[in-house]
Amino acid sequence: MVNFIEKFGGWWLDLLVSLGNATLFLAQMLSSLPSLLKRPSLLVKEMYSTGVMTLSIILVSGLFVGMVLALQGYNILIDFGQENRTGTLVALTLVRELGPVVTGLLFAGRAGSAMTAEIGLMKATEQLSGLEMMAVDPFKRVFAPRFVAGCLSLPMLAAMFSAVGAFGGYLLTVLVLGVDSSAYWSLMQLSVSFTADVCNGLIKGAVFGFVVTWIAIYQGAECIPTSEGVSSATTRTVVYSSLAILALDFLLTAVMF
Amino acid sequence: MNSRAVKLMVGVFMLIFLAAMLVLALRVSNLTSLSGGESYSLIAKFENIGGLKSGASVSASGVRVGKVESIVYDVETFEAIVNLSIDTKFSAFPLDTSANIYTAGLLGEQYIGLEPGAELDVLVNSDEIDDTQSALVLERLIGQVLFSRSGGD
Amino acid sequence: MSDDSTALVQIRDLHFSRGSKHIFRGLDVDIPRGKVTTILGPSGTGKTTLLKLIGGQLKSDQGTIHVDGLEVGKLNRRDLYALRKRMGMLFQSGALLTDLSVFDNIAFPLREHTDLPENLISHLVLMRLHAVGLRGARDLAPAELSGGMARRAALARALVFDPMMIMYDEPFTGQDPISMGILLALIKTVNAALGLTSLMVSHDLNEALSISDYAVIISEGVVVEAGSPEQLRASESAWVQQFLQGKPDGPVPFQAAAPDYETELLGASGGLH
Repeated sequence: MVNFIEKFGGWWLDLLVSLGNATLFLAQMLSSLPSLLKRPSLLVKEMYSTGVMTLSIILVSGLFVGMVLALQGYNILIDFGQENRTGTLVALTLVRELGPVVTGLLFAGRAGSAMTAEIGLMKATEQLSGLEMMAVDPFKRVFAPRFVAGCLSLPMLAAMFSAVGAFGGYLLTVLVLGVDSSAYWSLMQLSVSFTADVCNGLIKGAVFGFVVTWIAIYQGAECIPTSEGVSSATTRTVVYSSLAILALDFLLTAVMF
Repeated sequence: MNSRAVKLMVGVFMLIFLAAMLVLALRVSNLTSLSGGESYSLIAKFENIGGLKSGASVSASGVRVGKVESIVYDVETFEAIVNLSIDTKFSAFPLDTSANIYTAGLLGEQYIGLEPGAELDVLVNSDEIDDTQSALVLERLIGQVLFSRSGGD
Repeated sequence: MSDDSTALVQIRDLHFSRGSKHIFRGLDVDIPRGKVTTILGPSGTGKTTLLKLIGGQLKSDQGTIHVDGLEVGKLNRRDLYALRKRMGMLFQSGALLTDLSVFDNIAFPLREHTDLPENLISHLVLMRLHAVGLRGARDLAPAELSGGMARRAALARALVFDPMMIMYDEPFTGQDPISMGILLALIKTVNAALGLTSLMVSHDLNEALSISDYAVIISEGVVVEAGSPEQLRASESAWVQQFLQGKPDGPVPFQAAAPDYETELLGASGGLH
């Protein structure tokens, strides 16, 4: 029993230490941000590898998620004679919750894991040490651009996800199930607020982007520089990011809506 | 991948994002009615607004003419003051127009229906609609029916 | 500053430990200016760690390291970075940036630290590439280079700022005889032609000693022997002789520290009954 409590205490201490380290890491990353203004080309390159490379998976999933929501919503709403409101249901679900959350999860799996693996391999192949020895700060050259790119890409991708999802819902409800097109859009517009719903969804996306990229870069930079270390760091990125997204989503929803 | 292609793709990415934001603003949400053209405001006081929310539509003869801008509670008259924002295209409502709170379908959202009166003078910006009818609250309705039943016996 | 009589790198009473493992316990080393110095020692004696300490990537627990009169551990970030620009370091793997071509890798420090026009950068880079014999490989990606070529490219990159000293981390590991020969010749000629100070960490004894002016043998966190290659070969220390000649058994036992074999065998068989 004492043994168990001891282990539990040790586990907490480890957790606190790594949280502290991650926070220091974040502070150093944030203090390196101004240097990025002088080198916007670095940001463009990272926007490519985080944003553009994730685009296709986001668009395809958005379309299907929108269609599935429409199908389920229609089947339930038709019992109440409210099938015209399928659009409202699809749009609110997408804009408030599924857009940011699913985008966040996909982003963690696609861009976050790639980021951890890339930085981990840079560490394993001494590229990070090499940069330091060339008097180049890895925080400015490697971490900060990726961090900003991640924070920007995720909300942008979430907006695309929601927009494509609403369109997918339109395809299914209007073209397949025969709901009136103008009812679909106008009832949607009636209950979706741009400031309260769309903007809050974007804020959620930005928060998730911040957390996922932070986790991904930190795990890459702190990994054990072996192939096994990199692979377990990549797994940790996906697991921690997903848990963080789901927990934060609950908190944000409780505060926002 | 050379840097020109990267820049091009990132540019395309930004364009897709802008398109998505346009869809979200103009198609999915109600930003159109916020910025779409001029509007003027009218005030209506109700004893009970039921489930009316700000953003609900204001219609006349079933046609959407504006929306509910804000709802506040007046502590002096114990009434709800509803600010309506009406599109300037529909600027010729007579002074004795009445405002009623209706429900779309049995369970649907509540909205305000305007019924034009016969006066020649028209309502202008920040005028008040005097003739209002509160929302039908289902529980109260049922209660009234039960009461009149038992009273009749 | 450039007094030839003083050592470029002075290490005094250096202590460093990683976790519970004491890597250095009172190390004193002088790296003479303008010479090729080799630090030898068995695997795991922290030779790479020593280079990182000199480069200021790690901080010592105790003791001082002076590079060209500056105490590395006490420098602030800006001064440390200024010092690093005057030090080149060649990593074991080359540490080329994998997302850039060979040319861009060599140009990288110039583009990061200067605003030189692109045609001047091109001249400077091609000059270095020519010196290491890789002018024809400028458009290749680092992944397309052999190990020896990657190290040569990394050497070109380390030279691009005309540093005062270059540190080589195990430059010969895993090289075939030809690339080994090329690297040896390069290190020697570069040192002589550019008036550099070279510091090499290696356990490829004979190759390293063949181009060294000075060598230091480290073991168990302290200097065991230091001097010219000839002096080392003439050393009377049994340990040094075992190390230099690669004898399997001697002062460094063949067996890792373990409990007595007999007792362990008996103990194990006793456990079966």
